[in-house]
Amino acid sequence: MKDLSLFLGCVIPNRYPGIEKATRLILDRLGIKWSELKEASCCPAPGIFRSFDKVTWLAIAARNILLAEENNTDILTICNGCFSSLLDANNMLKKDEALRNDVNLHLKKINKEYKGTIEVRHIIEFLHKEIGAKNLNKLIKRPLELRVAVHYGCHLLKPTKDRLLGGSECPVFFDKLVEATGARSIQYEGKTSCCGAGGGVRSAMLETSFKMTEYKLIQIKKAGVDCIVEACPFCHLQYDVGQAELEKAGKHYNIPVVHYSQLLGLAFGFTPEEVGLHLNAVRSLEFESRIAGIQKRGHSL
Amino acid sequence: MKNSEILTCFQCGTCTGSCPSGKYTSLNVRRIIKDSIKKDISDQLELWMCTTCYNCQERCPRGIKITDAIFSLRAKAVKNGRILPAHRAVCKFLIETGHSVPIDDIHITIREKIGLEQSETVSKYPNALKDVKTLLASTGFDELIK
Repeated sequence: MKDLSLFLGCVIPNRYPGIEKATRLILDRLGIKWSELKEASCCPAPGIFRSFDKVTWLAIAARNILLAEENNTDILTICNGCFSSLLDANNMLKKDEALRNDVNLHLKKINKEYKGTIEVRHIIEFLHKEIGAKNLNKLIKRPLELRVAVHYGCHLLKPTKDRLLGGSECPVFFDKLVEATGARSIQYEGKTSCCGAGGGVRSAMLETSFKMTEYKLIQIKKAGVDCIVEACPFCHLQYDVGQAELEKAGKHYNIPVVHYSQLLGLAFGFTPEEVGLHLNAVRSLEFESRIAGIQKRGHSL
Repeated sequence: MKNSEILTCFQCGTCTGSCPSGKYTSLNVRRIIKDSIKKDISDQLELWMCTTCYNCQERCPRGIKITDAIFSLRAKAVKNGRILPAHRAVCKFLIETGHSVPIDDIHITIREKIGLEQSETVSKYPNALKDVKTLLASTGFDELIK
């Protein structure tokens, strides 16, 4: 297996840097050989750029991929959108020689060439396949006694024929990784339904996107959980900022939103502040002090 | 996608019934795909209500690549000049900064506070940004969204 280049994308470094910090902490703790991918741009975001112009979308994605090729590393993404663009583009360019030649003609203008020599990974897919929930659980000293609503996000799972992670209707691999931290994954209606942000809907039709978000929040609230755990900063933003927006309309959900990197960080004993929970738009001091309590108990064991 | 593939559709409506957006909006995936073989639907706002969640494509009993078709129909709409202002703004962010969600002052400060250095992305390297701009000019993207 190749070492990993961490691909940050846009939303994590520029809106939720706490997730970036948590990811750095957990990768080091897991002893994974990684470095940040230098000079990378937007993946580019699939909803808008894949919609607008396929060749542009492929060319920008290919440039990001070839930066990792030059380092002889695989790419690690921590965002479903980045995973979608980079994995789908990588697959298309590897398979389709004509398309690859077309894209390479553009890349030639910046003295670069896409070769198709590396793989694109997603943190959840990587942990599931390379480490496994059971092995991960052995590393946890302070089991997190939490009830969790797992949100997979669309592009981690679909299109299933390209993801090689099984079916998209009742997936379990992410739940197992959550339960490896000592938390319980609670079932809820609409679990694999969209958060509402993708496809350029959030940017152009905010109200419409929130209708989908609110459907999810209602179901999650009904299930009675301590937090939502996802693996995509765009879903994270949609749930977190979405709740802050809905607050203004007098709708109080108050469900903390946690990226899996942050959850694993907490299970490894990093504080809520170290993993950036305090940087959410909807902050729950009760949740944060509960985590601190669990971690303290873990210490005295 | 070829029209012959779309014509294998037997109008079961699984796509529309699986659509998280169609639950709340006027997006009717079955109708959009059906209409697309008869006429130019570039001006239909519904094209942009799809979150590209792929439910329709995954569940289609005929295996029609519906979400991929939405991408193609959107690209055609864009070529016909139908670009929503918010999407144009995101495209301009990419052209100017290399990021569709660029860093701002608030988050520069937050990064400093939590001990993170400036990220190693294109935002730190002017030559890398120049490369991104060259690519976007080469594919004609900057002209497309003008």
